[in-house]
Amino acid sequence: MNGEQTAVSCRGVVKSYITGPTKVMALRGLDLEVRMGELLMLVGPSGCGKTTLISVIAGILDHDEGDCVVFQQDLRALGQGGKTRFRGQNVGFVFQAYNLLPTLTASENVAVPLLILGAGRAKAVARAQEMLVKVGLEDKIRSLPAQLSGGQQQRVAIARALVHEPRLIVCDEPTSALDHETGGRVMEVLRHTALSSDRALIIVTHDNRIFNFADRIARMDDGRITLIESQVASS
Amino acid sequence: MYSIALKMLIGDRGKYLGIIMGLTFASLLITQQSAIFTGLMTRTYGFITDTSQPDVWVMDPKVQFVDDIKPLQDTELFRVRGVDGVEWAVPLYKGLLKGRLEDGNFQICNVYGLDDATLVGGPPVMVQGSLNDLRRQDAIIVNDVGANTRLARRPKEPGGRPTPLKVGDTVEINDHRAVVVGICQVTRTFQSQPVIYTTYTRATTFAPRERKLLSFILVKAKEGQDPRALRERIAERTGLAAYTAQEFKDLTYNFFMKNTGIPINFGIAVGLGFLIGTAIAGQTFYNFTLENLRYFGTLKAMGATNGILLRMILLQALMVGAIGYGLGVGGASLFGLAMRGTELAFRLTRELLYISAGAIVIIIVFSAVISIYKVMRLEPAIVFKG
Repeated sequence: MNGEQTAVSCRGVVKSYITGPTKVMALRGLDLEVRMGELLMLVGPSGCGKTTLISVIAGILDHDEGDCVVFQQDLRALGQGGKTRFRGQNVGFVFQAYNLLPTLTASENVAVPLLILGAGRAKAVARAQEMLVKVGLEDKIRSLPAQLSGGQQQRVAIARALVHEPRLIVCDEPTSALDHETGGRVMEVLRHTALSSDRALIIVTHDNRIFNFADRIARMDDGRITLIESQVASS
Repeated sequence: MYSIALKMLIGDRGKYLGIIMGLTFASLLITQQSAIFTGLMTRTYGFITDTSQPDVWVMDPKVQFVDDIKPLQDTELFRVRGVDGVEWAVPLYKGLLKGRLEDGNFQICNVYGLDDATLVGGPPVMVQGSLNDLRRQDAIIVNDVGANTRLARRPKEPGGRPTPLKVGDTVEINDHRAVVVGICQVTRTFQSQPVIYTTYTRATTFAPRERKLLSFILVKAKEGQDPRALRERIAERTGLAAYTAQEFKDLTYNFFMKNTGIPINFGIAVGLGFLIGTAIAGQTFYNFTLENLRYFGTLKAMGATNGILLRMILLQALMVGAIGYGLGVGGASLFGLAMRGTELAFRLTRELLYISAGAIVIIIVFSAVISIYKVMRLEPAIVFKG
């Protein structure tokens, strides 16, 4: 596989936390590659290091040892400001609890990444409205998060993660707060709207009902990847 | 991002109003209490303000403030007139005398005796009659507040309205007949007694027999003479104390500042307003930030730099500060307007507006700094914690 096809390359990544007198090893020399155009699911028991891994890949957490290269950029070589800019330009986030700003409308929430990157308000909101149409929320553009169902809020969050056209989408338990049917619809939206040949998706999940949407499933345990399964994803 | 910052703030109505209420309360209390304090302190030298003609006030060296009368011998007047640079020097009597009203009640009055020839030192505004009417026999001029309240005739029937003292009425001052020939308006002073103007000779007749009755000597400097240099010369030549009008006001002001509980009482009220404002606004603003920490974390994760978040919080603080300050100062101004013409001392100066603004800036900076500290140290990884 050449470098251009690799979105994320982790080699021997170690990350530990100090909790009081105890040192907790979250990642123990982890290796992982994520390809462009694929949807990779990270699965495993609670506390196995899934969230730590996506935090490192997204440039939110610094790892202690090893290499983590995202789009040919070694994240450890970037300072905090550089990482922040890198995230803003290259990473889209979908959170378990949606994290939509409750006082902003759906379109304003979706416009936030563009505003952070310095886009004008009118342009950002117009682009956000286009994204909301893509995720099927054209009639909820002016709705506040509290006026939306869980599935609708997650679709707003997906639109927000995509609006600035990042090359990596990181999702943390995107369906865990949704019922099976809604979760399935959200995954369909995510797969159809977010996935493209120049973009990679990493989804952390416990929800085995959505495993069939993955191109590959990386199983984690005790800070390591224990198994990577390829499969034909349902689209 | 600034519009997002404002929407985050305004969207949380409860906290938004809570912060503004805290700042409004602080601004209102600081401005209103300071204005009352300033008004009260201005009253301490109200008589000096009203007596605007002289450049220099001459008095006994032991005098500490305008109401602290230590009489001089009449001969001191001639010594002062003999000092180089004096255009004119006139006597002024100031004393508290007992007035007997028509119904037999007694009222202590502030009596000012003006130079018989020039009537220098008269009231600033005449409502009825003229200052020259003081030259008539037994004539006195009474201030309007005194005439309408303490010197007014008691109602004949219970529950009736008192009849204000008017031109032509008589009162007895220290068993001497006095006829009201005019009604004047004066700056309210620290003492709330009625004010009576008459001539120097008549005032000293009203006053109990004493060897010395001359309270002050009012001096006008010759044209081109520096009043400060003149007052130094007068003090040097006569051994008396001499002050320019401003210096005499400062002397009086400083006496009240040092020797009365006024500053500390008002200082406590102002300080309390500041502390309560800081506590309410600071605490609510901090709580607002804490409750939004997840969203600040989300913004940080999505690429918002600390600089952007810092400016967002500062804008939020600035907005509530400006609104709270405006409402507080507006409220204090309305209060002052409503109290205009009453006994309440209220003087809202530009300096007080600056002081109040400064206090609000300190409160919002304090509130913003603790919030900024929290947000700057925030790990964006918080967003992945369910």
